Amino acid sequence: MRKTTSALIFSLITSVAVAQTDLMKELEQADDSTVHYAAATFKGTRIINGHSVETVGKNNMDFIISHRFGAINSGAGNFFGLDESQIRLALEYGLTDRLMVGLGRSSYQKTIDVFVKYRLLRQSSGLRNMPVSVTLFASDAHNSSTSTPDLPFYTITQRQTYTFQALIARKFNEKLSLQLTPTVMHRNLAEKPLDANNVYALGVGGRYKLTKRTSFNAEYWYTPKTIGGTTQRDPQYTNTLSLGFDIETGGHVFQLHLTNSRGMIEKQFLGQTTGKWSNGDIFYGFNVARTFSFDKSKKRSNSNGY
Amino acid sequence: MDTKLFRLAFLLMASQLLAICASAQIYMTKTGQTSFFSETPLENISAVNQQVAVLLSSASGEIAVRMQHTAFRFPNKLMQEHYNENYMETAKYPAASFTGKFSEHIDYGKDGTYPVSAEGVLDIHGVKQKRVLKGQLQIDHGQCILTCEFDVRLSDHNIQVPTLVIAKIAESISIKNKFVLTPKKNS
Repeated sequence: MRKTTSALIFSLITSVAVAQTDLMKELEQADDSTVHYAAATFKGTRIINGHSVETVGKNNMDFIISHRFGAINSGAGNFFGLDESQIRLALEYGLTDRLMVGLGRSSYQKTIDVFVKYRLLRQSSGLRNMPVSVTLFASDAHNSSTSTPDLPFYTITQRQTYTFQALIARKFNEKLSLQLTPTVMHRNLAEKPLDANNVYALGVGGRYKLTKRTSFNAEYWYTPKTIGGTTQRDPQYTNTLSLGFDIETGGHVFQLHLTNSRGMIEKQFLGQTTGKWSNGDIFYGFNVARTFSFDKSKKRSNSNGY
Repeated sequence: MDTKLFRLAFLLMASQLLAICASAQIYMTKTGQTSFFSETPLENISAVNQQVAVLLSSASGEIAVRMQHTAFRFPNKLMQEHYNENYMETAKYPAASFTGKFSEHIDYGKDGTYPVSAEGVLDIHGVKQKRVLKGQLQIDHGQCILTCEFDVRLSDHNIQVPTLVIAKIAESISIKNKFVLTPKKNS
């Protein structure tokens, strides 16, 4: 009799269990079997002066206009720096979603820079866990200013400065992203007697989102005074500290900031920063990035840029 | 007496199980296709998701659809980023889903095309809406091909568009679905 009862109960349980199969629960469980990549660790390809792990998307081109005005402490006669500015104009193109190239020209020392950037690792969770994103960066800056007795150039090679970086970033949550940027820079010509040809530096940067479309950014570039007993930089040069805001609207990213560097490329903000925050040598500046899409399927939908 | 009762119970159980096996076929796919389209005079925006997961129980007519927002592919990477970051807030609401039940009784053993309507809950951007979605179910050699088109109003799901780009994004987005479902094995 007990057997019978148990059999009856069992038969009841099976039918109840099948009827209650929750289809949605089953689908939710499948979420872990996909890879979730962390998107938009930063809004732009720059944190402020230095690069971020982000690259331009495939077949997209960024036109970046960057300005650094004069020093805020230069007085009312100079309209607190707004009378003058250093400029960098650049075109930066995404060959794939992971590989991009860029070409820029800075008014400071009439410098032309080319760079290549490759997204090596992408932060992800789910099926594959990757705690950080890593992007590799290499650039060449060419000083095209006229040779002078102060800064004579005898060969083209002397005009080149190479920079290599590993950009390592983590998006901790929707708001906070941090990045470490170990850097090696080699300048063929050390412009000052105490400048070393090789400079080793570490960049620390991050962003904190204030709203969906704005964020507060900060960046500090630390260059030790000496490495293995060798002085890296002439003592007049300082480390760069920058604070700023990102504002994103559709295809534009506006970055407004205060920095003690007037250079906007690695060679300049690592090796040639003269300003000191403590002296009030602060430069107001901005980067404006406009993205254009050159995707064929995009053209079909009858629009250029987004 | 005891054995007789036991036999009866066993038969009952067996027949019940058989009935369940015969009718409670689960159809599924992990590669369903959902696309959406936003049309304005200024700009057209479209995206497609080819990794939509769908389960359909032929016994109860219940259907569950679930898709990850990050799996939507846009022609422009920046759009995709903004879709996830600014509009759908994917970190908070990673998936959109629909759970419902067909109001028609369908003979899954017979090939043919049937108009269907499913009453259920559409969950987008964390806002649940009761909807009746209409579509077509085609039975073809044990396969179920479900197609369905419907519109979603952004305001119904609390999806906010900043005034600066309001002219570029339609108030109502049209959504197309095509799911090819096959019988689920060892269910």
